[in-house]
Amino acid sequence: MGNRSSLLLREEEIAQIQQETGFTPNQIERLYSRFTSLDRGDCGTLSRDDFLRIPELAINPLGERIVNSFFQGDMYNDRVNFRQFMNVLAHFRPVKKNKDNRLNSREAKLKFAFKMYDLDNDDLISRDELLAILHMMVGANISEEQLTSIAERTILEADEDGDQMISFEEFCKALQRTDVEQKMSIRFLN
Amino acid sequence: MYAFRLLNPDLSRRACRVGFCVLVFLTAVEYAAASTKSDASDVGNAVANVGETLSAQESVSVPRVAPEESTITSPESATSGAPHSSTGDKMEEKKPAKRFEFISVNFLRVEIPFIIALWIFCASLAKIGFHMAPKLSEIFPESCLLIVVGVVIGVILVHVTGSVHMSPLTPDTFFIYMLPPIILDAGYFMPNRLFFDHLGTILLFAVIGTIFNTFAIGASLWAVGQTGMFQCGETPPLDMFLFAALISAVDPVAVLAVFEEIHVNEILYIVVFGESLLNDAVTVVLYHMFEAYTEMKDTGIVTMDVVAGCTNFFVVAVGGTVIGIFWGMATGFVTRFTNEVRVIEPIFIFVMAYMAYLCAEIFHMSGILAITFCGITMKNYVEGNISHKSHTTIKYTMKMLSSSSETIIFMFLGVATVNKLHMWNTWFVVLTILFCSIYRAIGVILLTAVANKFRLNQLSKVEKFVMSYGGLRGAVAFALVLLIDEEIVPLQPMFMTTTIAVVYFTVFFQGITIKPLVKILNVKTAEKRKPTMNERIHEKLMDHLMAGVEDILGQHGNYHVRDRFKRFDNKYIRPFLLRNYQGAEPKILETYSKLAMRDAMEFMRRNASTIGNISGTESMSGIFKNYTAGNLDGRCEEKLLTW
Repeated sequence: MGNRSSLLLREEEIAQIQQETGFTPNQIERLYSRFTSLDRGDCGTLSRDDFLRIPELAINPLGERIVNSFFQGDMYNDRVNFRQFMNVLAHFRPVKKNKDNRLNSREAKLKFAFKMYDLDNDDLISRDELLAILHMMVGANISEEQLTSIAERTILEADEDGDQMISFEEFCKALQRTDVEQKMSIRFLN
Repeated sequence: MYAFRLLNPDLSRRACRVGFCVLVFLTAVEYAAASTKSDASDVGNAVANVGETLSAQESVSVPRVAPEESTITSPESATSGAPHSSTGDKMEEKKPAKRFEFISVNFLRVEIPFIIALWIFCASLAKIGFHMAPKLSEIFPESCLLIVVGVVIGVILVHVTGSVHMSPLTPDTFFIYMLPPIILDAGYFMPNRLFFDHLGTILLFAVIGTIFNTFAIGASLWAVGQTGMFQCGETPPLDMFLFAALISAVDPVAVLAVFEEIHVNEILYIVVFGESLLNDAVTVVLYHMFEAYTEMKDTGIVTMDVVAGCTNFFVVAVGGTVIGIFWGMATGFVTRFTNEVRVIEPIFIFVMAYMAYLCAEIFHMSGILAITFCGITMKNYVEGNISHKSHTTIKYTMKMLSSSSETIIFMFLGVATVNKLHMWNTWFVVLTILFCSIYRAIGVILLTAVANKFRLNQLSKVEKFVMSYGGLRGAVAFALVLLIDEEIVPLQPMFMTTTIAVVYFTVFFQGITIKPLVKILNVKTAEKRKPTMNERIHEKLMDHLMAGVEDILGQHGNYHVRDRFKRFDNKYIRPFLLRNYQGAEPKILETYSKLAMRDAMEFMRRNASTIGNISGTESMSGIFKNYTAGNLDGRCEEKLLTW
C-alpha cells in the first residue's frame, strides 16, 4: 500500500502541498498512505462515511463535528481530496519559532476550535450552540436545567459586550492563559 | 513550661532559643524524674540556674544508667534499661513512707510519647519562627534552617547527655512513620493530567537515569579506590556499587521542600518531582540487589543472581503499582457506602493508603510507588463520594501531616549528624560529590536528547540545567545508609559520613543557590489558579478534538490513550465506585460547583449586612443552599455540593 501511494503522489504535488501546509515530504507521504487506506472506494477522495468508519472516531462525542470540519471549504461538496485533507491537518502542526505559520498559528488553532461550536457560521457562539456541545460531551445523567445553567454561566463569564453570545475575540480572550499551541498540536511521525 | 516564658520576640534568634529552651525544659523534667523527691519548686529552680541543673543532670544520669547497663549499644537498650532502675528506686523509697503523696512525678511512664510530642512541638515552633523572620526565609530554604536547628539541638544533647540516648532518625521510624504522609500527599494532590502527559520522560529519567547514575558513580569510585587514593584499605567494587545505589537516588522529600518554594513552571516541576517519586522502584531494587550480592560475595555470584536482579526490578515496580491501584480502587468502593457516617470518611483515605504502603513493604515491593499510585487512583473516585467537609478535612490533614513530617525529617537529619560516629575521608567525600554532580548533568543531557526526539515541547537548555541542578539528595539516602550492616560492609561509617556530606551539599549549596539561579536564568515560573468555566469547557473540547484527529491519523498518542481510558473508566469503573454517578465529564460539573460556591461566598461578603440579620436563625450552609438553589434546581445542587 505504502509503495503504491508514493507512486501516485507526484513530485510537484508534494512540493505544492509542502509549500501550502509546511509538512515535510516524509510526513506528506506518510499521511498520503493513511489517506489511501481510509479511501475504501479508491477514488482519490474521502466521504463522511469513510471517516466515520474509523471505530474510535465514530464513538467520539464530537466525531461528527470533527468530520464536518474537513468539509467546511464549500458546503455542497461531500467529498474531500488529499489537498483539503492536508490543509485541515496542517492546523495541528506544532508551532515552530521564527517560521511563517499561516495554518498552524495560535489564532488559526483557536479559530478551528471556535468553528467546532459555531454551526451557523455567524462568528458567534450562542447559548444553544454551546448547549449542544455540552450535551455531546457530558452525556446522560445530567439534568437539562443543570446544563443550561452551566452554559449560561459560561457565556456570562466570557461575554464582554453583553449580547449573550461569545464572539471570536471573546473566545480568544477567555483562553488567554491556556497553552493552545501545546494543546492543539500533534507530533506527526515521519 | 516555665522555660518557654523566657522566649522573647527577638525573631532572628528565636530558632536557637527555641531549641535551647526546649532542651532546658527537657533536662529539667528528666532531673525531676530522676530524683522523685523533687517537686514543682525544684523545676523552677532548675530553670533559674541552668548551669547548676546541667551539672546536676550529668551527675544524676550517669550513676543511674551505668550500673544497670554496662554497655549502651543502641537507643532501645538505653530506654528499656531505664525503667528497671526507676522502679527499683521507687520501691525503696515508697516502703518507709506509705503516705498518700501530695504530688508525685513519674516521667518514665510517659517518656517515649512525651519525647515524641516534644520533638514535634519543637519542630513546629522552629517552623513558625522561620516564617516570622521574613529575611531569613528569603535567603535560605526552610529545609536548611531546619537542619541547622537540628544540629544545634544535637550538639546540645550530646554535651548534656553524653550519649546517643535519643537518636531519633532510625530507618524504621523514617520509612514507616515519616515518609508515607509526604508521599501520600504528593500522590493525592498530583496533577494527574500533567503527570501522565509526561510519564514517558519521567520514566526515562527515573529508571534509566538512576541506573546510569548508580553504575557510573559506583564504577568511578571503585576505579579511584584502586589507585589507593582513599587510604582506607580495601574498596571492594560491590560495596562501592551499594553506596552508589543509595546516593544516586533523587530524594522526593528534599525536591518537594525546595521546589515548592521556588515555583518553577509546571513541566519542569513535574519532571523532576515525578522522577524523584518513581525512581524509588529502581533504588529499592538496586539497593537490595547489591546488599544481597555483598552478603554472598564469598560464595560467588552466578549469572542466575544477576538475571533474578533484573526481573526483580519489574516485580518490584509493577507489584508496587498494582498494590497501590488495588487499594485506591478499594478506597473508592468503601467510600461509596459512607454517606450515612460522614465522620469516618477521612479515616478510610488515610488508613487504606497506609495499608497500601505497608502491604507493598511486606513483600519488599516499592512502598513509595504503591502509595503514590494509591493516592492518584483513589482521588478520582473518592472525591465523588465524600462530603464537601470531609474533603476539606482530608486536604488539611494531609497537608499538615506531610509538612510536619518533612519538618521533622530535616530536623532529625540535623540531630543525627551530631550523634553518630563519623569517619571522615576528604577524598572520598569530595569525589562522591563531584561524581554525583557530574554524572547527574551528563545523564540529564543524554536523556533529554533522547526524550526530545519524542516530545512535542522540547526541554530547553535552561530546563536541562535546572533539572540537573535540582537533583537533590535527602533523607532516603541517609536512612538507607543506616540500614547497611557494618559487619558485612566495614566501610559503613565512611559511607554514612559521606552521605551526610552529600545531603548537606545538595540541600545547602544547591538549595540556597537554586532560587537566585532560577531568577537569573529567567526560568518560567508557575502561577497557581483555578480554571474558569470557559477554560474547562473549551479545553475539554480540544481534548476530544485532538483524540479525534489522532484517530484520523491512525496515530496512538497521548490523547488517544486518554480517550480510551476515559471511555473504559466511564463505562466499567465509575458506575461501580461512585455513589452518584453522573455524566461523562465530572470535571465540568466540579468546576461549575466550585465557581457557584465562590459566587455564593462573594455574595455573602458583599451583602454582609443582610447576613447579619439572618445569622441568628439560619446557618451558613443554609444560606449557601438558598443562594445556589436560586441558580440551580435544588435537587441537583444537593448532589453537586458533594463533589
